Amino acid sequence: MYSEKFQKSIAAVEAAREKNIALEPERMTAKQKEDLLAEYHPDYKKDEFAELKIGPNKGEKVPTELAEMLQAHSRITADSVNLSKPDYDVDVLIIGGGGAGASAAIEANEAGADVMIVTKLRIGDANTMMAEGGIQAADKPNDSPAIHFVDAFGGGHFAAKRDLLSKLVCDAPEAIQWLSNLGVEFDKDADGTMITTHGGGTSRKRMHAAKDYSGAEIMRTLRDEVLNRNIPVVDFTSAIELILDENGNAAGAVLMNMETKELLVAKAKTVIIATGGAGRMHYQGFPTSNHYGATADGLVLGYRVGAKLLYAETLQYHPTGAAYPEQIFGALVTEKVRSLGAKLVNGNGEVFMHPLETRDVAAASIIRECGARGNGVDTGNGLGVWLDTPMIEKIGGEGTIEKRIPAMMRMFEKYGIDIRKEPILVYPTLHYQNGGLDITPDGMTTNVKNLFVAGEAVGGIHGKNRLMGNSLLDIIVFGRSAGINAAKAAKETTVGNLTLDHIAKFENEIKSAGIETDSVSPKLLPNYTNQNNI
Amino acid sequence: MDNMVNIFLFGKKYEVPDNLTIMSAMEYAGYQLVRGCGCRNGFCGACATIYRIKGDRELKACLACQTKVEDNMYIATLPFFPLVKQVYDMEKIKPTEAVMMQLYPEIYACIGCNACTKSCTQGLNVMQYIAYAQRGDFEKCAEESFDCVMCGVCSSRCPAGISHPQVAMLARRINGKYLAPECGHLEDRVKEIKDGTFEELIEALMQKPIDEMKELYNTREIEK
Repeated sequence: MYSEKFQKSIAAVEAAREKNIALEPERMTAKQKEDLLAEYHPDYKKDEFAELKIGPNKGEKVPTELAEMLQAHSRITADSVNLSKPDYDVDVLIIGGGGAGASAAIEANEAGADVMIVTKLRIGDANTMMAEGGIQAADKPNDSPAIHFVDAFGGGHFAAKRDLLSKLVCDAPEAIQWLSNLGVEFDKDADGTMITTHGGGTSRKRMHAAKDYSGAEIMRTLRDEVLNRNIPVVDFTSAIELILDENGNAAGAVLMNMETKELLVAKAKTVIIATGGAGRMHYQGFPTSNHYGATADGLVLGYRVGAKLLYAETLQYHPTGAAYPEQIFGALVTEKVRSLGAKLVNGNGEVFMHPLETRDVAAASIIRECGARGNGVDTGNGLGVWLDTPMIEKIGGEGTIEKRIPAMMRMFEKYGIDIRKEPILVYPTLHYQNGGLDITPDGMTTNVKNLFVAGEAVGGIHGKNRLMGNSLLDIIVFGRSAGINAAKAAKETTVGNLTLDHIAKFENEIKSAGIETDSVSPKLLPNYTNQNNI
Repeated sequence: MDNMVNIFLFGKKYEVPDNLTIMSAMEYAGYQLVRGCGCRNGFCGACATIYRIKGDRELKACLACQTKVEDNMYIATLPFFPLVKQVYDMEKIKPTEAVMMQLYPEIYACIGCNACTKSCTQGLNVMQYIAYAQRGDFEKCAEESFDCVMCGVCSSRCPAGISHPQVAMLARRINGKYLAPECGHLEDRVKEIKDGTFEELIEALMQKPIDEMKELYNTREIEK
């Protein structure tokens, strides 16, 4: 239930609903989008970025909070552990227990490698679990990998590495088939045809879904498969430093038990970083839709041993984070709500944009509507605009919401809001790390041998903005591929003597650059205690 | 000023604002969570929690990230529950009733107390989906259990020792892999890609100058 202060605005939204449903808002021109982004998108706020003074991306700018972590002290020194007595010795070490890590583990195991997953929470406590809307793949007759390529390349501002993107789109249908064969339940018609919808910026309906639990359905199936294969999962254990061998190749990691703080050494022939995103860094003070452990750990681990970053300055603010009630502030309201027909409406009941612009454009447009144009709704905890969910029932028929987006219905129901009858308030939320470690199409970093990366920790697949449904896709495509290639590389690798010399080297760089900092990294978990809660 | 309420975390009293979830109330009280906190949005099932309101007999279950605190709430988190997870090979398993009998025979010991359903943090009809599993009706079991986040509260309340979320997981995988209709257009497309049908098109896109790519993107036809 909305209190009295919202009623006037809700009445305006209701009064205009029929008219707004019929309206086909124009899409913005390329020029309009450019201008909008430059003025209102958080990525363009210069004073929120800092220049890196050391490391492989020296001279480039990244979000201030990330710069602090990338240029912080290690949590340990080289003599904190005994490298000659590893606690674990495996072929492939996977850091991270989300969708990319699990996919990699299954494929590496399939290839015969001795593989192990470490994760600082539990396997499946990951952004994959929270992906609601769906996964893209050009598998319909009116679609093709080439069309998918153009959509993603344009949506990412023509900045994607084309070899990575072509792999993404060409391997997509097989990724869906792989998941189906594992038992993932995609929404299908009675004849087996996939039920697909649009996402922002797609030119074909290629969003496959499992209701609005798409990521959860994929993640729990992958997790089950990892367990069925008896792949060791060391949970509540973080990787806090990579280990190289004397040849400079990745050869393991120093691990820390999150509860006892015990340090452990994992030796490996190849390492896969699958640590996910960075929403819990709360860049620019934004709330986030991300899981508790999304703190850019993989970027820090990689950067310290010399791996390059690509597009780390670009973040994705999902246009529709929950703006009200405050208990779910920042939680994701899936783009699928708009795919199913709900439009964005301002406080006066006016549709102010096409609901399926790309995410960066949609986020900037909402920020403009609430800020410069003054048409937002005061939520008591900031501003928001309406997402007119009752439109879905009018367009798709009664029951559509319960059938297609049950998680959304449940999320708001808990706070007395029936999204079938009442619109919801939304505002952009920090959602996705577009950039990350730079890789070649086989998944290996461009400059540290035997160090692979998969999932959100990769940069360059999507360019500077990612389309809905391409992230669930990339964790599967690049996760599998990293697993296969890391297993293969492991077979050809003889590990030399292990070293942690890079820690002292990096420490020297910090000193020489005159950086004064008390911070240590990786961050591992945000601190919300004592009313630090965001 | 926030309205404050008294809550009891593992029996110890704290005063917290009444608009917080149980999870954020724990953090407000000073707990740095490691266990019992995952997605913070109701999808991962890491924060199963049981509580009782003072004066009330009933023990209730919820997800800590999805539930507001109440005055005089006694709270104990259940960050791990030892479910039984059987190991099986999806390629060799057969979609027959016998599978459940072999892997999870305890489901047939269900006494119909319905404690599972009453405790479900997602409001699912858990006992019903177990009944479907008993009959080998995997499709219905999959549908009825679909929104399960595998928090394990149902199993903690079960006198028959059933690991409901794992039973449902098996049913969904069997349904997704063996019973759901096969997708013809997907198979066709995978084959086309393997046959190299799109190689030339993709290769052209790999080489095209940015200006031409922009033109292609900005003028592309968008399916209604």
